[in-house]
Amino acid sequence: MSATLAPYLDAVKSTLQAALCLEQFSSQVVERHDKPEVEVQTSKELLMTPVVVARNKLERVLIEPSVNSVRISLAIKQSDDIERILAHKFTRFMCQRADNFVILRRKPIEGYDISFLITNVHTSSMYKHKLVDFLIHFMQEIDKEISDMKLALNARARVSAEEFLKRFN
Amino acid sequence: MSGCPVQHWDLGVGPINCHAWNKDRSQIAVSTSDCEIYIFEWTKGSWVNIHVLKEHDFPVTGIDWAPNSNRIVSCSQDKNAYVWTFEGNQWKPELVFIRLSRAATCVKWSPLENKFAVGSGSKLVAICYYEKENNWWIAKHIKKPIKSTVKCIDWHPDNVLIAIGSCDLKARVFSAYIKEVDEKPSPNPWGSKMPLGTLLCEQAVKGWVNHISFSPSGCRLAWVAHDASIGFIDANVDNNTAQIVRTPNLPFTSIKWITENSAIAGGHDCYPTLVTVKDGKLVIVCKLDIPAAEKSKVSNTALELFKSIDKRSALEHANIKLNTMHQNFITEIQPHSGSSQNILKFSTCSVDGQVALWDLKNNTAVIH
Repeated sequence: MSATLAPYLDAVKSTLQAALCLEQFSSQVVERHDKPEVEVQTSKELLMTPVVVARNKLERVLIEPSVNSVRISLAIKQSDDIERILAHKFTRFMCQRADNFVILRRKPIEGYDISFLITNVHTSSMYKHKLVDFLIHFMQEIDKEISDMKLALNARARVSAEEFLKRFN
Repeated sequence: MSGCPVQHWDLGVGPINCHAWNKDRSQIAVSTSDCEIYIFEWTKGSWVNIHVLKEHDFPVTGIDWAPNSNRIVSCSQDKNAYVWTFEGNQWKPELVFIRLSRAATCVKWSPLENKFAVGSGSKLVAICYYEKENNWWIAKHIKKPIKSTVKCIDWHPDNVLIAIGSCDLKARVFSAYIKEVDEKPSPNPWGSKMPLGTLLCEQAVKGWVNHISFSPSGCRLAWVAHDASIGFIDANVDNNTAQIVRTPNLPFTSIKWITENSAIAGGHDCYPTLVTVKDGKLVIVCKLDIPAAEKSKVSNTALELFKSIDKRSALEHANIKLNTMHQNFITEIQPHSGSSQNILKFSTCSVDGQVALWDLKNNTAVIH
């Protein structure tokens, strides 16, 4: 773990712990509805100030808390074109299967690569500290996953290039 | 803090949003995140479900059990409130003509049990009373100047004043004087002239007011807000300046005075905290909790163990629990035994489906 990763993850973790204090809250705008306030954004007083935790220009987390839901958006490190393509494909794969991932949002917030939406229903049926652990684990893993894929891709490209060039020997 | 024996029960009905005791504490009414109210009775060392009250269409948000008249009032997100009376062998619902346009959020009987208050998402508080001529419960509204959902209400012991905490970052004290049912109130430290809806005190808070509570004498008012602070006013000293104590904890969701000088607060930290007033200053004394290890011996049945092995891996089971008694945040604190000036036991309910009974008898930190 590099020197800046630990404090970055710690900051995200404590922000999430504070943000995930969610309660049941029925809409005060539409009757008999229960909506995530962070998504509908109809009452200003029910939203809290969004927080951005950034490790560097590329890697950052946006946490938007509200009375009954929290939206967490990640920007994944993409230093070159290959990483950009891989991150795009990977997040797209996840988002298309968002229903199976329970807390994943179908579409990321603009400027970010992947978004999660956690509501009070999730925090009452799951352990809150485990949810936080999962998000932190996800943040750690996704970088590793993408760099692994990049290595695999490069290796495969090299192999196929070699195979191709053999013919001209 | 040791010396705080706790009894706790998992009622097996899922996340508990609120609970209420009957007069002799042999029965408990709980509401979960679905639309039913369950009434459990203590028989032969366990809680047995004896009644299920089904009338609401949406999750029930508040219940209160009037000890002397033995009536239950419940309110729900479906904009309705019901008064339940026990007749023969059954609880009979009676719809309250409450005129809300949004969800009801909390409900509380007044100390004399002749009226009750319902807080709601339509940015008002309904004070309901029984009209004999028409034979139904009707409501009068306190609207101004509440600008957002009302989250909590509490009655002053004189049966007239009401404290309201809402999402518009204000804690307020109103008069809830209903001339049809109340006798003329005598002046008290909060004010002297009080027709219905008079604003007697208003305090700005830095977060949503999660819960508010009058002390047994009614001269002190404490509230807990979502910025993890506890606010406190002593009307005998000055009812315009509040003391705000900010804590490093997660936000509290409930506060209850146990004596004139001590209160219990509980919330997202999953354990109750004792706070006291010493020389006019609010101080946080200690947390009351038993570690989870002690508890897990009691509740870890073989079935649970296998379930968790099935769901996760067996190894992970050891560290999955929080090291507090409750595993999710405390939603409500209710007095259990003792007088209102000196509560000896209090109960907490939590989203993890547990109700716990905490004993304060041997706690030396409580200031009487």
